[in-house]
Formats: sequence, C-alpha cells, structure tokens
Amino acid sequence: MMLLAVLSGFLLAVAVPALYRVAGRHIGWVLALLPALLTAYFASLIPAISGGESLLIRNQWMPGLGVSLDFMVDGLSLVFALLISGIGTFILIYAGSYLKGHKDLARFYVVMLSFMASMLGLVLSDNLITFFVFWELTSITSYMLIGFNHEDAEARKCALQGLFVTAGGGLVLMAGLILLIFITGSYSFSEILASDLAIHEHGYYTAAAVCILVGAFTKSAQVPFHFWLPNAMAAPTPVSAYLHSATMVKAGVYLLARLNSSMDGDALWSNSLMFFGAATMFTGAYLAFSSTGIKKVLAYSTVMALGTLTMLIGAGTEKAIIAFVCVLVAHSLYKGALFMLAGALDHETGTKDITKMGGLRRSMPRTALITCMAALSLAGLPPLFGFVAKELMFESVLNSPAWSWGLLAAAVASSILVVAVAGLVFLKPFFGPARTTPRQPHDAPFAMLIGPAVLTLLALILGVAPFLPAPLVLDAAVSSVYGSGVQTALALWHGVNVPLILSGISLLAGSLLFVAWQRLHPTLHAVNTAGGRVGPEAGYFRFMLGITQIASWQTRVLQNGVLGVYLLILVLVTFGLTGYTLFTRHGFQLDFDFSNGYFYEFGIALLIVAATVFASVTRSRLGSVASVGVLGFGVALIFIHFSAPDLGITQLLVETLTVILLVLVLFKLPPFVNLSSPWERYRDLTVAVFAGAIMTLLMLAALDIQYFDSISSYYIENSYGLAFGKNIVNVILVDFRQLDTLGEIFVLGLAAMGVYSMVKLRAEDQHKA
Amino acid sequence: METLMAYVVGLLFTASIYMMLRRSIVKLVIGLIILSNAANLLIFVVAGLTRGAPPLIPEGASEIAGSVADPLPQALILTAIVIAFSVLAFAVVLIRRAYEVVGTDDLDKMKDTDT
Repeated sequence: MMLLAVLSGFLLAVAVPALYRVAGRHIGWVLALLPALLTAYFASLIPAISGGESLLIRNQWMPGLGVSLDFMVDGLSLVFALLISGIGTFILIYAGSYLKGHKDLARFYVVMLSFMASMLGLVLSDNLITFFVFWELTSITSYMLIGFNHEDAEARKCALQGLFVTAGGGLVLMAGLILLIFITGSYSFSEILASDLAIHEHGYYTAAAVCILVGAFTKSAQVPFHFWLPNAMAAPTPVSAYLHSATMVKAGVYLLARLNSSMDGDALWSNSLMFFGAATMFTGAYLAFSSTGIKKVLAYSTVMALGTLTMLIGAGTEKAIIAFVCVLVAHSLYKGALFMLAGALDHETGTKDITKMGGLRRSMPRTALITCMAALSLAGLPPLFGFVAKELMFESVLNSPAWSWGLLAAAVASSILVVAVAGLVFLKPFFGPARTTPRQPHDAPFAMLIGPAVLTLLALILGVAPFLPAPLVLDAAVSSVYGSGVQTALALWHGVNVPLILSGISLLAGSLLFVAWQRLHPTLHAVNTAGGRVGPEAGYFRFMLGITQIASWQTRVLQNGVLGVYLLILVLVTFGLTGYTLFTRHGFQLDFDFSNGYFYEFGIALLIVAATVFASVTRSRLGSVASVGVLGFGVALIFIHFSAPDLGITQLLVETLTVILLVLVLFKLPPFVNLSSPWERYRDLTVAVFAGAIMTLLMLAALDIQYFDSISSYYIENSYGLAFGKNIVNVILVDFRQLDTLGEIFVLGLAAMGVYSMVKLRAEDQHKA
Repeated sequence: METLMAYVVGLLFTASIYMMLRRSIVKLVIGLIILSNAANLLIFVVAGLTRGAPPLIPEGASEIAGSVADPLPQALILTAIVIAFSVLAFAVVLIRRAYEVVGTDDLDKMKDTDT
C-alpha cells in the first residue's frame, strides 16, 4: 500500500497525456484527486504513529546491494508527507486554472506529478540509497519544472543554475551518506537512529558531517548557496508555490532534522547549523525587503524561513525543536498561499512589480482578504499560526545553549524586516491609490483561490487552537527530531513575556521600515547591485565561466584535429605508464642470450627485420606494400615453425588479401612525398624507439616471470572429452569460447557492411557525375 | 629464441609507431599493419615458443600424451588476425573515400569536421 502510495505519482504521470485528451481543461481537478486520496491515506496513518512509534514497510529492490524500497513513517516524515500531498492537491487544481490553455499543460502535469512522487519517496524512504535516488529525482524534475518555459533563454539558465547547485550538492551528499554507511554499517535511517553508536567519535565523522551539511545546504538554499532559489522563480507560479512551500527546499531541512537526533551533541553539527541558519535568516530577510518583484520578495522570505528552520535544528533544545516543527508547518501554509496569491495577482493584473500595483482591494476583494490573512501569518501576528511559531522561535533562541545573543539579534532583525515584507506583500498592491495595470484587474477564479483560502483557514484554525494537532502528529514529529518523547503544550496566549515584547518591538520597527521603504529603496538597490558583484552568485558565474574556459583551452591543446598529436600523446602516456610500472615493479633487465636458436630461425628473424625496415624507409609505395607482405609471410613462417599451423594458414591467407587490397585501393592515392620536417621526423623516431624499447623490456620481463599457471591445461584435457574435437585451437574458438567468436563474426559483418556501403556510395557518386 | 624475438617485436613496434606518426595516410595504414603483426607476435612469443608440437590430438587418441604448444594464445591470435584484417579493410576503403572527398592524403589537412 505504501509502495503504491509513493509510486502512484509516477504511474499517474504516465497516464496524463491520455487523461488530458479526455478531461481537457478540467484536468487539474481530475489529477488533484490523487494527492487528495494520498492526503487521506497519510491522515489515516496518524493514529499509528501519534504515540511516537514509527512504521516500517519493507520492500525488496536490490537485496544484493543493500538497496531496498523500505519506507519509514514516523512523526517527522508523516508531517512532510501530509504537507506534500495536501498542498499538492491545491497546487494541481490551481495550475489547471493558472496555465489554462497552455500548449504544454500535459507535460507540466507529467513532471509535476513525478516531482510530487519523488518528494514523497524522499521523505518516506528508510534506505539511504533509495533516499538519495529520490533526492536526485527531485533535483532533476525540479530542473524540468523551473525550465518549463524552455523557449525562454533566461528560464533555461536559471533551471541549469538550480540543477548545478542542487545536483552538485547531491554528489557531495552522496559521499556523506556513503561515509555515514561506513560509520554505522547500516543502510537504514531507522537503524541508524535506533543505534546508540557515538557517530561523532568516529574518524570519518567530520568528513561525513561536512558532506551531509553541504548537500542539505545546497538543496535548502542556505548561505552561500541561496542564490539559486530566487532564480528558480523563472518557473510558472504553481511550481514556485510548491517548491517553496512544502517540497524541494524543505528536502534539505528534512534531512537535517532526520539525522539530528543521531548527530546531536556534536559541536560541529549544531554550531554550523546555528551559524549558517542565522546568516541565511538575516540575508533572506534583508534581500526580501530590498526586492520589488512580488515573487522575488516571497522567494527571499523563503530563504529566511529556511534559515530559521536550520538555526532551530542547530539550537537543538526541546523548545527549539517544537519551534522547528511549528515554523515548518506555518511557513508551508502561508508560503503556499502567498505564492498562489502572487500568481493570481500577476495573472489578473499582468505585472509582477509591486511598485506598479495599488488599490486593488476594490477590484479583487476576495484575493485581498485571503492575502491579508496569509500576510499576517508571515508577519507573525495573532491569531494566525505564524504568531505561535514566531513566539516559540524567540523563546528557543533566548534559551539557546550557545550564541544566544547573536542568534537573538539576527532573529529580531529578521522579524522586523519580515513585518515590513508582509506589509509590502499585502498593503502595497491592495491599498493606496489605484494604479493602471497592464490588464483590467478582477478577482481570480475559484480554482485559483480555493488553495490559498483553505491553507490560510488552516493557519487560522491552528492559530486559534494550537493545542489541536499536538496529540495527533506534532508530539510525534517533535519526538522523532529530538530523539526522545516530548509533550508539547502550545497556546496562542502566553501572557506578557519576553517573546511577546520582542514581537511588539519587531512589529513597531517593521511598520516604520515599511513606511520608509519608498525612501530607502534606491539606496538598497544600489547596495545590492554593488554587493552582487562580489556575492556568491558572481562566484558561481565566474566558476561556470572558468569551466568553459578551461574546457576550450583543453580542447585547443588536446583536440586540435591533428592525428599525429593525438597519437603522440597516446603513445607517450601508454608507454610511459607501462614503462614506469615495469621499472618500479620489476626493473629493466636486458638479456642477450640467443644460444637456443637454430640458424634458419635467425634467418626468418632477419627477414622480418629487413622487411620492416625497408617498408618504413622506402619512397616507393609498391616497395612498401610488398615488404609489408614479406613481413606478414615471415610472421606466418614463425607461426608454422613454432607449432601453430592454424595461425600460419590464416596469416598467409590474410596477408595475401591485404596486399591485394592495398594494391587495388591505395594506388589511386598520390605517391609518397616528404611532408614532415627533419625535426618532426627525429621527434617521432625518438618516441617510436622509446615505445619499441619499452615493449622489448616488457617482453623480456614477461619471459622471465610467471605469476600464474597457464589455464590452458583445462582446454587440452577436455577438448576431446567434452567437445569431441581434436584440433584444440579450433575447439576453443567454436566451442569453449563460441560467444567470443560470435562477437568476432559480428565485427566482421559490420566491417563488411561498412566497406560495401562505402564502395556503393562511390559508385553512386560516379553515376551522378 | 624468445629473447631474439623480443628484440624483433620491439623493432616492429618502433617501425609501426613511426609510420603511424607520418602525415601521409598510406603510411598510417602500413603502420597499422605492422602494429597488428607486432601485437600478434608479442602474444605468441610471450606464451613461449615450442618447436614441432602443435596442439592437435593425434589420430585414434583421445588425449595428448606429451607437452604441446599452448593453444590459448593461438586462439587469441587467430581472432586478432581476422579482426585486424576487417579493421584494415574498413580503414582502407574509408581512406579512399576520404581522399575523394577531401582531396588530400595529408592527415594534417584533414582536421576540420566540415570537409
């Protein structure tokens, strides 16, 4: 059942093109049934895990490699699964309306469903390898989603950037996961979490932790990898809404939370999470405040929320983990809603720039109302769930085990900025003087408002009654991140305490900032432009440029189209490495003991040498070809004399054919002329002599030593008994190793076809002429 | 005898590589032929040279009494001879065709993809 639940997205994705033909423009509603059903299914699992237990569902996949499709459902993964499928339902409905009539709507849904399924697989996997496979699948499917408008060069560039950052981080993560497997000896999250092994005392720990952190940070857009996320805005809005709220960027956070209870207590782990989390939180909040595109503003506020989540995992106290789960849920709800609303604004007014919108509350009253609620949750104001989450965040930062003041400063500064950002998102477009927008604004259609409405309603219910989810999933989720059982007691009103005062301060300061936004904006813009030149994104572009420059330099040097240079490099590398290995393993030994040969054998050897030298130095083509023939016959004599009659016969036949072929074909080519300079000839000769010398030394060494017994005795003994053949060489070819011979016949057949087609081509050319 | 053949094979490799480094495409082909002979001889010699004892089971017998030449390298070389010939045949026809199209036998002038 679980296997089907995870893979159903992929299965349905295959059926989308067919369904699209039937369902037409209602496709969004039809497809949304799947995530709706999945949500119901995951909700039905709540009773099983609400006590802090975890369900394990085992499926074999590649047992020999330790890879299995095992799924683990505990509080944390179930919260994620519910968010993914729940928000996914509304996103699919929304996209049907947002992309109505788009020519590639079917393709969009194919990728979207695959993405959703990958994400579900990611959060539910128990096996580390399977987890990684799903992790990479989300990178690839999100690449296709971000680059959905593939005819737009900018979208392609942004998609590629996202792919490079996340897939590059994915590679690092793979190294980290493999190290983790080495450390724990287990492929399974549940076993790693259950074991009381002190992971951070292992020698590989530092490397493993750094790799896993880099992987998670790239995926979750932490500083300094935060730049790809706002650029992912090139995607259609439903994609942004989904990527930002419940999926993709949360994957890294999920991994950090998943492993937290195993890594907990290690300074490297928690300090880097707190440091980078706080830095990301502040950077995101600042950049959100200084942007003008509504999607950019929201994207940077996602960066801020991701930083908050990372920081809270790092703080690692019981309170902080409760805050983590609350911020996670609150952010998913309001960010999903806000993105869909931003898409609605863009869709109905025709612009993304908030400085060009104003007074829309009259023409879009319903949109305005829902945006108001979602923005309140973003700003962390009562009675929305965002308020509960923010209070908890402040409280846990105050009680943080380390760097309490630094984190507090970052948290307060960020929430001041976020209040201003919420104002930008809500007040700027809907209030103030009405402005003319490219399109006549009117309320968004039902399908585009239902998602935001339900999500903000949920945020409101959870805000008013935050104690509701605690016994269901919240306790279980907190327990699985924290590592031991936790009872949460959430309430909207805590009385007047420090967090509330801090909230008040940030609300006040945020409002002031919002009022001053118009005046501050040019300065901020200038600062950001200057900062952009040295920021991490500039570094990314320099890095990419560097890669192409190195590639073109390398191509110029190595792939210059001159065959001689290729051969020189090949020969030098091959024989250099062979010579080096020979020298270090065996040493060079020359041997001049020719006493065991007969005089006619010396005669054959002399014939071969003379033919070879003449073939190489003569100016006559016919002489060269003829002496190559002599060489071949000499080799045939060697074969025959030294007990290889089959080889001798074949060699004679082939050599004769070769000479005929060369005479027939090559004489249509121009005669030999001296093309190379003396310097080139001496260089080539030196290289050739070097290679020949290495081969001689290699052969002398090979004659000297024998590492293993010959395996030929098996063939000699069994040739007649098993294969009923008396010519052992032939038996080997056609019986013992018949598949190899079949391959050889195949090669011959291919060569014959190639020769035939080229001869025919020539005939046709002549015919035309 | 194996020792002497080691020097002969070394010379064959030298000659083949020198010829393959020439700019004339015909010399490349000649180098290729010498190279395949050199490689075959290399395998043959390194396995040990045996005089007058081919790996054949005598008439009427079902196994070999004494020691014979190693059949395995012979089987390998037999395959190699045939493959080398097919590669050569293909190369020769290809070169002929390339000369017709490009109009030169100088390898250094055949370095553009669009000719």
